[in-house]
Amino acid sequence: MKSLGMKSLGVKSLGMRSSGLNRDTPRRRAATYLLLCLGAALFTVPFFWTVTTALKTNEQVFAVPPQWLPHPPQWDNFRRAWTELPFPTFVMNTLFITVIATFGQVLTASLVAYGFARFRFRGRNTLFFVMLSTMMLPSQVTMIPVFLLWRHLRLIDTFAPLIVPAFFGGGAFSIFLLRQFFLTIPRELDEAAMLDGASPFAIWRLILLPLSKPALITVVLFSFLAHWDDFMGPLIYLNSTEKYTVSIGLSLFQDLYSRQLELVMAASLIHILPTILLFMAAQRYFIKGIATTGFK
Amino acid sequence: MTTPAVTTGRPKETVTEAAPSRRRRAMTWRPGCWGMLFISPWLLGFLIFTAGPMLASLYLSFCKYDLHALKWVGGKNYEVLLTRDPIFWKSLTNTALYVLFSVPTGLTGSLLIALLLNRKVRGVALFRTLFYLPSLVPAVASAMVWQWVFHPENGILNYALGCIGIRGPAWLIDPHTALASLIIMSLWGIGGSRMIIFLAGLQGVPEELYEAAALDGASRWASFRHVTLPMLSPTLFFNLVLGVIGSFQVFTSAYVMTGGGPNNATMMYVLYLYYNAFRYFKLGKASAMAWMLFALLLAFTIAQFRAASRWVHYEGGDRE
Repeated sequence: MKSLGMKSLGVKSLGMRSSGLNRDTPRRRAATYLLLCLGAALFTVPFFWTVTTALKTNEQVFAVPPQWLPHPPQWDNFRRAWTELPFPTFVMNTLFITVIATFGQVLTASLVAYGFARFRFRGRNTLFFVMLSTMMLPSQVTMIPVFLLWRHLRLIDTFAPLIVPAFFGGGAFSIFLLRQFFLTIPRELDEAAMLDGASPFAIWRLILLPLSKPALITVVLFSFLAHWDDFMGPLIYLNSTEKYTVSIGLSLFQDLYSRQLELVMAASLIHILPTILLFMAAQRYFIKGIATTGFK
Repeated sequence: MTTPAVTTGRPKETVTEAAPSRRRRAMTWRPGCWGMLFISPWLLGFLIFTAGPMLASLYLSFCKYDLHALKWVGGKNYEVLLTRDPIFWKSLTNTALYVLFSVPTGLTGSLLIALLLNRKVRGVALFRTLFYLPSLVPAVASAMVWQWVFHPENGILNYALGCIGIRGPAWLIDPHTALASLIIMSLWGIGGSRMIIFLAGLQGVPEELYEAAALDGASRWASFRHVTLPMLSPTLFFNLVLGVIGSFQVFTSAYVMTGGGPNNATMMYVLYLYYNAFRYFKLGKASAMAWMLFALLLAFTIAQFRAASRWVHYEGGDRE
């Protein structure tokens, strides 16, 4: 009956996803393109602005009106930004923290997610709910005592406060993501393995983990971003310059070189580039990962 | 990838539980114990890094502590903050304004972008990437980029305004426009994860609903209002709650761009909290601020969940 109705209306756009609108005329498509182009241009202008500034000399930076294509491009600004402050050290520090923390996060989040996904025990749903609610907890409410704890352990100005929490599940987001994913893996696989005498650890290691590569990659990506981006953590816990991460290093750069905006912009680009490259390389996983958590 | 349609697996439970003798050969523990073992890292972390500290900061909020001497002072911190600290109220007002303007605008913007990207046009992946990129920029770098964009004499924003004959304000340097600058900057990221979630939500709306609406003669707007919005309401709800909670904690942009100035025009709540804790070493006072923030957000969240039953429409009942 429905198809009869559609035919009589002469609607052509069946099967096309068009946000509830069944009229996809060329005019509407052009309007969509126009809006998309305008929007995209607006959103990317700051990027262009940063890149052009990074390639200018100091006089050109403050010239009015601003030129868009600096002539000649000062690629040396990048070298200078990289070396004026110990950026290589900052990057190494950040990578050190990120790699170890990400490893810890993937390890423990998958263990915890396995526990929530595959086992039934008293209070499981309550605990899962509690875990989810921690996503809504403002971090400031635990920030000070945690700081005092690390201070008591004399581990301020080390990387420990930034790495260790990752080994305790590493965040509700990852646990949630992995748990949802584990739920989609058929239990028969688990059971077959159990009949063969496999322990739960073996099931986790040999069945669930290999089948969860997409979700695990997503966790790795988001963990990398979170640690690369982290500002308040290193701000609170790191005091010596040689321990700084890139985010703190960058803000230090700005304090010291505030007039040399071409260098500040170059340094910012150094901080931005890895995240963009990472996204380009792994878009699929990003998008899927975000979309999955959206289904509450 | 399909969303987990069957999340219970209960029939399977009885199968496995019917074979306990075989299981006991493989392991001597009951499944419940294994479950607890596996979640123990989280549970331990929760006790050490969340529950414990929460109680500790509650206690601290009733004390005076400057990293040397700890003294119980009862409700004095709360009293001082609420009655004798104008900066506290300024920071609260600033943050409330920030949230009030950036969250609804941001959500609307994200939704609009998602609607645009949901059309079947060529190159949608490229556009999606371009819109998403700003949200990938680390907060510190973003702050620096925008500080330069907002530069009164040489920034691109005032230059663009000048091209159409408007004399742009001093943005971050002017107490009247500084907060607005932060709000504008926060909108740069509306094409990010939130938008992706909306997009996924939009694509989850069954075509049949739109067809039925069209058959009933619904206009574009009516179709949007009565099909799209209700189907998106869980996503909207999710984004709204997390958006408010997240925006209330704005810190990095204020810290890097203005340090709270000029004249406390951009002194945000968490920034003031940070200063109290790590610059003035008034850890008791900072803890009191933290708990008030928690109470505020909790009240808001509970109110939202209550109101949700009225406007959030779940297809086929609870998903949890």
